[in-house]
Amino acid sequence: MTEWWIELTSPVPHVLLVSAYMLVFMLVLIGCVAYVTFAERKVLGFMQVRVGPNRVGPRGLGQPIADAFKLMFKEMILPRDADRFLFRVAPLLSMTPALAAWAVIPFSENLRFADINAGLLYILAMTSLGVYGVIIAGWASNSKYALLGSLRSAAQIVAYEIAMGFALVGVLMASGSLRLGDIVGAQQGSVLNWYWLPLLPLFLTYLISGVAETNRAPFDVVEGESEIVAGFHVEYSGMGFAVFFLAEYANIILISGLTALLFLGGWLSPLEGIVPESVLHVPYLGPVLASGPHWFVAKTCFFIFCFLWFRATFPRYRYDQIMRLGWKVLLPLTLVWIFVEGVLLYFELPPWFD
Amino acid sequence: MNRIRNLIRSFTLSELLNGMRLTGRRFASRKFTVQYPEEKTPQSPRFRGLHALREYPNGEERCIGCKLCEAVCPALAITIDTEEREDGSRRTTRYDIDLFKCVYCGFCEEACPVDAVVETRIFEYAFFERGEQVMTKEMLLEVGRKHEAQIAEDRKPGSLDH
Repeated sequence: MTEWWIELTSPVPHVLLVSAYMLVFMLVLIGCVAYVTFAERKVLGFMQVRVGPNRVGPRGLGQPIADAFKLMFKEMILPRDADRFLFRVAPLLSMTPALAAWAVIPFSENLRFADINAGLLYILAMTSLGVYGVIIAGWASNSKYALLGSLRSAAQIVAYEIAMGFALVGVLMASGSLRLGDIVGAQQGSVLNWYWLPLLPLFLTYLISGVAETNRAPFDVVEGESEIVAGFHVEYSGMGFAVFFLAEYANIILISGLTALLFLGGWLSPLEGIVPESVLHVPYLGPVLASGPHWFVAKTCFFIFCFLWFRATFPRYRYDQIMRLGWKVLLPLTLVWIFVEGVLLYFELPPWFD
Repeated sequence: MNRIRNLIRSFTLSELLNGMRLTGRRFASRKFTVQYPEEKTPQSPRFRGLHALREYPNGEERCIGCKLCEAVCPALAITIDTEEREDGSRRTTRYDIDLFKCVYCGFCEEACPVDAVVETRIFEYAFFERGEQVMTKEMLLEVGRKHEAQIAEDRKPGSLDH
């Protein structure tokens, strides 16, 4: 933050100020989520040689707003035998963790809400909490399709959480810290210093588990339209459905952001070490080429695009194949690579582990 | 040996990347969606849309009430009543086509010996009340009057040649 801003806001109590920042950030994030849904429809359309939504507003940009209004004015139907309290609470339970995790995400060296030294642990805890929303929704709906969907979801998320956790262990070993800022700092250098290269198997595992964790295609048996209608949220309509929908996309943004932080050097510029020092002081051009939050955002957008790309490309996995991939392929793979990484660390292999 | 090759192939994700290359190429390819209300696809002169009853240039209706169309209609959509006119010729008093029953096969047009009933290029129409879907003789004649130029043009010999 610049000096004048600190000067200007000094009379405001710190708690109030931070709350205001958070509120603004939440609104921006929810706006981004809305536009990810739009991006998804556009990208899917383009990959299927269609043009996607283009009727509401210029180039269809008003579509997510129109959708939001439509859902807001729809009735939220409460099934007769549903658990009234849990049914209403479940969408919130899946939305909140996806937003809460952003508290520790660093956008740049100093731009973040909380700088806690066990940031990665906090992230892991928050992303695992999301499954409760799904399970409770399935249970509270008192519908067999919803229950089947949530059972699938529980099994799938537990299976992939382990592979994901081991991928994170690899990052921990390499960086020697749980602080997200330190993890990015340890990747300083150039593109080749980022962890995607030395931890390539873990990077891919993390990405695949991330897709499974967010219940996205090709791992979307949780929703499985062709066999269980819409899975855990069949009984939801109106805003209840909208919140589940937003939670799914908030999770995509979160997982993409984490992948960018942990394996692709977060806010670090890929041009580091290539562009000469003198260019970085050129007005306008310099800040763009230098490390900064814009690189983090760009990397996150790339991974979001990948999520949509996967959905457009791959057919849905069969349930037993999902389990096989999680337990018998990804889990051993991460274990093997953690061992290899340990050996590399022991011998302090340059340029990553020296 | 084959097992090892398959193992390598699955661990390098080559098949997945192949698939993604395909969708990636489509992502950048030209889109040819027709933006319907503003753009329309070209129609054949043989397009079979809304029906019409034609008249001769002097204003005399063509239909002679032979009921061949009624007989040939596979959906039983056409109902015809006939009567003798003062000048002694046979004419229809009632000529109804139920558009909900009609399957737009064009048999009526083919059966007609005097080219009276035809199917036009019109395809954008809707009904808002029950009963509106039955086209009466007057309505069909009106459609014919309005679109006679296009109907005649489409039925000229060689209209498919260009």
